[in-house]
Amino acid sequence: MARLHSAVELEELRAKILASRDPARPCIAVCAGAACDGMDSAAVAAAFLGEVDRQELDGKLEVRTTGCHGYCEKGPNVVVTPGDICYFEVQPADVPDIVAATLKGEVLDRLVYKDPRTGAKSVHMNEVPFYKHQTRLLIGDNPKIDPMRIDDYLAVGGYAALVKALTEMSPDQVLDEVKRANLRGRGGGGFPAGSKWETTRNAPEKTKYVIVNGHEGESAAFMDRAMLTGNPHKVLEGLIIGAYAIGAQKGFMYTRHDMPLLTKHVRAALAQAQDYGLLGENILGSGFDFNVELHFDVGIFVSGESSALMRSIEGNPPEPRPKYIRTSVSGIWDKPSNLNNVETWANVPQIISRGAEWFTSMGSKGSKGTKLISLSGHVVNSGVVEVPMGTPLRTLVFDIGGGVRDGKTLKAIHFGGAMGGAIPAHLIDAQLDFDEMSKLGAPIGAGGLLLMDEDTDMIEMARYLLDFLVNESCGKCVPCREGMQQMRHILTNLTQGKGKQGDLERLEDLAEVTGLSSLCALGKTSADPLKSMFRYFKPEYESRIPGGSGGK
Amino acid sequence: MCEAQIDAIIEKYRGQPGSLIHALVEIQHENHWLPREVLHEVADKLDVPFAQVMQIASFYKTFSLTPKGRHEVHVCTGMTCHLRGAPKLLEKVEALTGLKPGETDTGSRFTLATGACLGSCSIAPELIVDGKHYGRMTPDKAEDVLKRYA
Repeated sequence: MARLHSAVELEELRAKILASRDPARPCIAVCAGAACDGMDSAAVAAAFLGEVDRQELDGKLEVRTTGCHGYCEKGPNVVVTPGDICYFEVQPADVPDIVAATLKGEVLDRLVYKDPRTGAKSVHMNEVPFYKHQTRLLIGDNPKIDPMRIDDYLAVGGYAALVKALTEMSPDQVLDEVKRANLRGRGGGGFPAGSKWETTRNAPEKTKYVIVNGHEGESAAFMDRAMLTGNPHKVLEGLIIGAYAIGAQKGFMYTRHDMPLLTKHVRAALAQAQDYGLLGENILGSGFDFNVELHFDVGIFVSGESSALMRSIEGNPPEPRPKYIRTSVSGIWDKPSNLNNVETWANVPQIISRGAEWFTSMGSKGSKGTKLISLSGHVVNSGVVEVPMGTPLRTLVFDIGGGVRDGKTLKAIHFGGAMGGAIPAHLIDAQLDFDEMSKLGAPIGAGGLLLMDEDTDMIEMARYLLDFLVNESCGKCVPCREGMQQMRHILTNLTQGKGKQGDLERLEDLAEVTGLSSLCALGKTSADPLKSMFRYFKPEYESRIPGGSGGK
Repeated sequence: MCEAQIDAIIEKYRGQPGSLIHALVEIQHENHWLPREVLHEVADKLDVPFAQVMQIASFYKTFSLTPKGRHEVHVCTGMTCHLRGAPKLLEKVEALTGLKPGETDTGSRFTLATGACLGSCSIAPELIVDGKHYGRMTPDKAEDVLKRYA
């Protein structure tokens, strides 16, 4: 790989890559996302490669191993181009038939999507119900990219936004574009990324850092790893553009150590970007220098909290600190450090390429663009979903998700993992919007959406979530460490039929005090699921108290 | 234990106190646990107080200060796994192995672990043995899976 010295050289390389590819030549994309990988999609990919070898199809048929396609419920997923023909639940034994049909330009009918109710078949991606209601701006490239090959990213227009930022825009203009796009942080807070960038940019220190938070510790959230594993260069491109706007010289990617494909892809992406000169000194001849270091979480939820994460990067235990001074002013080694989550960074290239007006044309009043959602729980079609902000939950749950499993009725929709909240089924027409969902008591969080069916015991759910948090608390501050244990204790009693008068009042007190006095978001929001359940499912709690009325 | 590999890892980070976590992660991956003498070695070579090495090694869940079994059996206890039947699965695995989460049997065959979340929620509930995922597990199927590991 030769180092690129200018934007012109990059465009020449892109033209060369595109010229060497024939869009009419069939390509079989085998998903290796977390769920498909768990269903041994590697054996399917190996079977395809074996078939290509056996029939000597090299040059006639391409086989590509890719990141998550999205429809995880029906993995292993295979998509054949041209035509985006989707095959589901593919087994190695199906491979010869798929290859034969593909070479003839035909569709293998038995593996396409079949509607469970009507039996109607859908062949192409834009006809499959799970996909057709989505707007897949971020995740849509995944089937087109082998994450181990930077050339695949260049072939879909990758790094064009970086070229535009470095050659046509000043750092201030980049910052201004992101601010006008009203890009809000996708990691949970919904804080405007542009304002955060500006704070770090304006902080007096010369040394500044930018960080990708790819920790994704939220239970039942898997969209960030789908993004980062499947298309690491999109996230990296966003990070480099952000560093340019902020004036940072160094970046950190902080992600999970327990996903072998994730670490492999990110390592390769950083190395290839370095080889092409998209990282390092004088990037594309612009005079801008920037390097990225990779760091791993080693297994505790709280290290996804920004100040804890920064302590971890320094090599210290991940204990949060009070944020009288924000990490954007004083973070890693007390230098200004701007942290955004994977999905936030992934949004940056398209905002630069297509402009703030285009971005703000999608979404609701206060939340713009699209949002990645991990759809799971008691849902028929679980997977990674991308829809415009403002989409009604009904679309997510029924049109895309296919409703509740096993013919049961929907009881609750839960957002945001262990620190989120649950709303009852009758609020299903609420919109996917940072502010609206917060008001309802089920903030979007990072975007983990769970359905709970009619048989779900909400008290047991609250106990389970607190149990998770008790184990993940760092233990530094007393309200979090003790408050959560006491709440769990009462909830455990309730689930075991040992509830007593006054329990619910005590839970409410504990929830309030823990929320007010904990140091970081883990403790502050630890009782949020409980609060949302008191708001919507109080009678269920009251029924566990002998004497009925919840101890009046 | 593979002393040469461990020495090589420690050597790579010699004199770099900031790389403490990197070094421990690599040793954990290689050796599956962190013996006390190795931690002393890390403290000396990386120039970090031993107390700080212990603080990190005992804090993060990835690190183990006791030897592990030949096979690590992991039951995912994430939200979707929980909703889709992980408690029953865990109960069965506990009965089959005679272990509670965190324990290793006397024959060093299995170490049982729980944790959330590995992000394969669509194939919940999940059993993971030595990194290999077994999706959509039922208590009965779990028995067949564990038989494959001696």
